[in-house]
Amino acid sequence: MDFNKNVGQPVSRLEGKLKVTGQAKYAAEYEADNLLHGYVVSSPITKGKIININIAQAMAIPGVVDVLSHKNRTKLAWFDLQYTDMDAPPGTVFKPLADENILYNGQPIALVVAESYETARYAATQVIFEYEQETFQTDLESNIPNGRSAKKGFATALKPPPPPPTGDFLNSFEQAPVKVAATFQHGTEHHNPIELFATTTIYEGKGKLTIYDKTQGTINNQLYVANIFGLHYKDVRVLAPFVGGGFGSGLRPQYQLFLCVMAALHLKRNVRVVLERKQMFFFSHRPPVKQNLRFASDVEGNVTALGHSVFSETSNFEDYTEAIANWSHKLYPAPNTLFNHKVVPLDVYTPLDMRAPGGSTGMHAIECTMDELAHKLKIDPLELRLINYSEIDPSSNKPYTSKALRNCYLQAADKFGWSNRNPEPRSTKRGNKWVGYGMATGIWDAFQFPARVEAMITKDGRMVLNNATTDIGTGTLTVMTQIAADELGLSLEEVDFNYGDSKKPFSMFQGGSSITSSTGVAIVVAAKALRKKLLKKAAKMPDSPFKNSEDAEVFFSAGNMHLKDQPNVFVSLKNIIASNNGKPIKTTNMGKPHMLKLRKYSLATHSASFVEVEVDQDLGTVMVTRAVTAVAAGKIINPKTAAGQISGSMIWGISKALHEETFMDHNLGKYMNTNLGEYHIPVHADIGQLEVIFVEEKDELINEIGTKGVGEIGLVGMPAAISNAIFNATGKRIYKLPIHFDELMQ
Amino acid sequence: MKPFKFSAVNNPAEAITLINKNTDAAFLGGGTNLLDLMKEHVALPNEIIDIGNLSLKEIKATASGISLGALAKNTETANHPLIRKNFPVLSKAILAGASAQIRNMATNGGNLLQRTRCSYFYDIAMPCNKRNPGSGCAALEGFNRMHAIFGWTRDCVAVYPSDMAIALSALNASVKVLSSERERIIPFRDFHILPGAHPEKDNSLQHGELITAIEVPKNDFAEHSAYVKIRDRNSYAFALVSVAAGLTLNGNTIQTASIAMGGVAHKPWRALNAEAYLKDKAATAANFAKAAEAEMALAQPLAHNKFKIEMGKKALINALETAFKGNI
Ligand SMILES: Cc1cc2nc3c(=O)[nH]c(=O)nc-3n(C[C@H](O)[C@H](O)[C@H](O)COP(=O)(O)OP(=O)(O)OC[C@H]3O[C@@H](n4cnc5c(N)ncnc54)[C@H](O)[C@@H]3O)c2cc1C
Ligand code: SF4
Repeated sequence: MDFNKNVGQPVSRLEGKLKVTGQAKYAAEYEADNLLHGYVVSSPITKGKIININIAQAMAIPGVVDVLSHKNRTKLAWFDLQYTDMDAPPGTVFKPLADENILYNGQPIALVVAESYETARYAATQVIFEYEQETFQTDLESNIPNGRSAKKGFATALKPPPPPPTGDFLNSFEQAPVKVAATFQHGTEHHNPIELFATTTIYEGKGKLTIYDKTQGTINNQLYVANIFGLHYKDVRVLAPFVGGGFGSGLRPQYQLFLCVMAALHLKRNVRVVLERKQMFFFSHRPPVKQNLRFASDVEGNVTALGHSVFSETSNFEDYTEAIANWSHKLYPAPNTLFNHKVVPLDVYTPLDMRAPGGSTGMHAIECTMDELAHKLKIDPLELRLINYSEIDPSSNKPYTSKALRNCYLQAADKFGWSNRNPEPRSTKRGNKWVGYGMATGIWDAFQFPARVEAMITKDGRMVLNNATTDIGTGTLTVMTQIAADELGLSLEEVDFNYGDSKKPFSMFQGGSSITSSTGVAIVVAAKALRKKLLKKAAKMPDSPFKNSEDAEVFFSAGNMHLKDQPNVFVSLKNIIASNNGKPIKTTNMGKPHMLKLRKYSLATHSASFVEVEVDQDLGTVMVTRAVTAVAAGKIINPKTAAGQISGSMIWGISKALHEETFMDHNLGKYMNTNLGEYHIPVHADIGQLEVIFVEEKDELINEIGTKGVGEIGLVGMPAAISNAIFNATGKRIYKLPIHFDELMQ
Repeated sequence: MKPFKFSAVNNPAEAITLINKNTDAAFLGGGTNLLDLMKEHVALPNEIIDIGNLSLKEIKATASGISLGALAKNTETANHPLIRKNFPVLSKAILAGASAQIRNMATNGGNLLQRTRCSYFYDIAMPCNKRNPGSGCAALEGFNRMHAIFGWTRDCVAVYPSDMAIALSALNASVKVLSSERERIIPFRDFHILPGAHPEKDNSLQHGELITAIEVPKNDFAEHSAYVKIRDRNSYAFALVSVAAGLTLNGNTIQTASIAMGGVAHKPWRALNAEAYLKDKAATAANFAKAAEAEMALAQPLAHNKFKIEMGKKALINALETAFKGNI
C-alpha cells in the first residue's frame, strides 16, 4: 500500500471546478416534466388556532393548482414515532399541517402549489386565514424560573448531561482565596447556509419517489419520508449530490421535504418546494443560553472549584440540549465541581445543532472566566492553562487516546508572538486604537459512527466506492478518494467515490465532525477485505506467483499487486479482474468504533486560539486584526481542505463574538432580522490575517486511520479569545455575545 | 410577485404621460429597492415603467456646481473625477453604502427614494402606518434598535437609510423634478419629510413627477469634509449613525459648519444646533464636543436605541475632527 502518497497531501477539492463553473446541481436545480412549484405559507401568529381558511381567491388565480392545509391534506401516519428522525431530541416531533394548532411563529400552515414559483408566491398572499390567538412566551430571561431538567432519549448518548458533582463545591468556592463569578448571555443564531432549503420530488408512480433534497443525511430523510407516507424504504430514494453548506441545519428533515413529498403524492405530480431566506429563520437555530460560572483557585493558580450552570432555550414539544457545562472539567483538574443544565421550554421551534453546538457556547464562558481568574491572580493566561494542564480527562479519570494540546498552546503562542503581550489592560495603543491580545482553549468531541462501504475493482482497474454520506462542502469526496487511493495503491484519478444517495450503503448524517472517521474507517475496512479477495483471485490465476502468499506478503502500487520480498513480481488489478471474466470483485463492509477498547479512554480534539484586536478609542468598533489557531485533531488527511475548515470556523468565531444574532421581538414572538442584509456575518473587511497550525498528534488508539475530525474545533476557542483580547485592549469585559461595540464606547 | 405590466420609455415626456395614466404605476431605476419591495409584497404596482433608457445619465459641471443625472449609477457618481475632487464627502458617502454590486445597479434618483429598512415595514403581517396607513406602528413598542432618535412621532419611528443623501444634505443639494405641468427644484431640506401624522409619505415628490437631476452647488470645504459611518460590520450594513460634515475655515476659526446626520431620523438630519454652536468658533476638541452635546441634547431615544445618543456624539466629534484635519 502506498501509505501517505495521497493521504496527507493538500489536494484541491475534486469537485471544485464543477462548483465554480456552475455545473454542480443542487436540490432546487433538478428539472422534471410538468414540474409544479410549492410555496410555503408561514404563520404570522406565534400561538393559537387557525379557525378558518379561505382559499377561493387564491384558487381563482390562473396557474394555481391546489392549496394544501390541515383541512385537505393527505391522510398521514398516526403515531408520533413515525415522524421521528435520527437526530430527534426527546419529545414529540413537530408534524407539519397536522391540525389547526399553531405552536410557533413562522410555522408552515399551508402549501400553495402552482405551475410557476412566482404564481405560487403571489397566490400565497391571497389565502385568507382567520386565527384565534393565545398568549405565548418567547423570552429566555423572563422564563428562567421555568427551567427544568431535560427529558432523556435517543440523543442523550451523544450529548450527555453534565457530569455529577464532585467534592464540596459550595464550601470550597466560599473558602477559596481567589474566585470569579460571572453570568454570560448568548443570543439566538440561525445557520443560514447559502443554499436555500429545497426539495424536488420526482413522482415515479407505483409508490416510488426520487427526491433531491438539501440535507446532511440522505438515509435519515429516506426513513422519515417512508415512515410518514407509508412507503417501502426501497421505493424512496433521497439524493443530495451537492449540498451548499449545512452547519447542522440539515441534520433533521426540514419541513419543505415533508410538504414537497406530500404535494407530489397528493397531486401525483413532480413538485419542487424552495424556501425563501426568511423562511429559513423559521426552523432550526442555535438556542439563546444563559450561563452562570463560578471558578476558584489557590494563590498559585491551581483551580480548586468549577461551577457552571446553564439555562438553554428549547421548544414546547422537544427537549433539545447541548453539552455546554461538560467541558471545563475535561480540561482542568479541580477537586470540587458542580454542573447543571436546565432547559427552558418556550413557544419557538426546536433548536438544532449548529457548528460546535454547546462547545462554542460553553467554552466561551469557561475560557473568559479562566482569563478573569488569570487577571486576578496576576498570572499570564497561557501560564494558568499550563499550570492546570491535565494529561488525562479529570471529569472521567480516563486517559485521552491522544492529547497534543500543550503543543497547540506552545506553537500557536510562538507563531502569534504571545510573549509580547502587555498584561496591563488598556495600556497599549496603535494610533487611535487600543490593542489587545487574548487567548483561549478549544475542545471538541471526536465522534465516529458505524458506516458501511461497498468497494470494488472494475475491469478497467478502477476502484469504485459507494456510501450514502453527503459532502456538505467540507471536502468529503476528496478526502475519501485520498484514503481509498492509498489503500489500493491507485492514483486519485483511478478512484470513484459515489455518495449523497440513500441507495448506497449506510452512513449517519454528516454532523459532529464525524464523517472522515466514520466513512473513512469503513473504506479502510472494505479495502482490506477487497485486497484479500484480489489476492485470493490472483492466487487462482494460472501459474500464479501469489499461490501461497498471505495478505501481509503483498503490497499494492500503481495499479498492481506485488510480492513484498520480490517487488518485481506483480500482477495488475486489471488482469485479476479479467481472470474473473471481467466481473468486478466486490465487497461491502462495516466500519465501526471499537467500543470496548474506547470505553477506557476519553476522546477529544483540542485547539488553542490567539487573537489580536484593535478597538477604536472613540467609537468602540472592534477589528480582529490577526488570529492564530493551532489544532490537534489526530491525522490530517488533507491539510488544504482541513485548513479551510479551520479558517472558516475561525471566521465563524469572529461572527459569533462580534456580529451574529437573530433579534426577536418578544411582543410578537417573531425574529426580526430575517435576511442576510441584516443578519450580520463578517464580510471580507471584517477579517484580518488568519493562520492555522496543525499540531502533530499520532493516535493509534482512536480508529484505523487516526483521525478525529476538524469541522468544528476551529470555532470553539475563538469567541473567548476575542472577548479576552477586548478585555486586554480596553479593560472592559462584555459578558454578552455578540459584543455590540456600542457597549465599548466609554 | 403580483402580476404587472412592463413598459420601457425613451424620453421623459413619455415616462410622465404613462405614469399620469395610472396611480398604481411605478418607475424602475436600478430596481435594487423596488424589486425587493415587490417580492415582499410591500410595493404592489400593477405597472412598471422602465426609465433606464432615458438620457438622464450625465454628470456635468454647471456654473453653480455640478449636476448629477437621475439615472447615473451610484458607482459612476462616486468615482467621477469631479466628484472626487470637489465633493469628496459625496463620494465617500456613496462608497460607504450597500455593496459594489448594488451600487453598480443603483441610480442616483432611486437612491434618494429608497424606502426605510424598518423590519415591520417589510413584513406585511405587521401593523405599519407607513405601509398601511392607520394600522399602527409595530416598531414603537417593538424592536427598535435601528430606529429614530430625532423627529419621530408615535405614528412612525422609522429612519431613512440612504448614505448618499446625508452627504447631499450637508452639501445643500437640490432635486430637479419634472411633471406634465412644470419643472421644479426642491431644496434638499424640503425633499424628505418627517413622519408627522402621515408616515406613508417619505418625501414631497408627487405621483407623476420624475426626478431628472440632483444639483449640487459649489462649496468651499472640499478639503475639510468627512463622512463617518458607524455600523455593525465594516461593510454592507446600514448606518447605526452617520455624519457628513464640512467646515469652512479661516485659519483655525470655523466660519460655517455644514453637518448632516443619518440613521437618526425619518430624513437626513441637519445638525442645526451643532452648526449654530460652531459658527465663528475656534476649531478645538472642546468646541467639537460642545457642538455634539448641543445637537444630541435634543434626542429622544426609544427603548432599544439609547446608545445612539452617545454614538451620535462620538460620530459628530470624529467627523468634525477628521474634517478639520483635512485628510479626507
Ligand atoms: C442589501 C442591501 C443593502 C443596502 N445597503 C445600503 C447602505 O448601506 N446605504 C445606502 O445608502 N443604501 C443601501 N442600499 C440601498 C441602495 O442604495 C438602494 O436600493 C438604491 O440606491 C436604489 O436605487 P435604484 O436605482 O435601484 O432604485 P429603484 O429600486 O429602481 O427605485 C427606488 C424607488 O425610486 C423610484 N424611482 C427611481 N428612479 C426615479 C426617478 N428618476 N424619478 C422618480 N422616481 C424614481 C422607483 O419608482 C422606486 O419607488 C442597500 C440595498 C440593499 C438591497
Ligand atoms: S416605524 Fe414607521 S415604518 Fe416602521 S412600523 Fe412604524 S410606521 Fe411602519
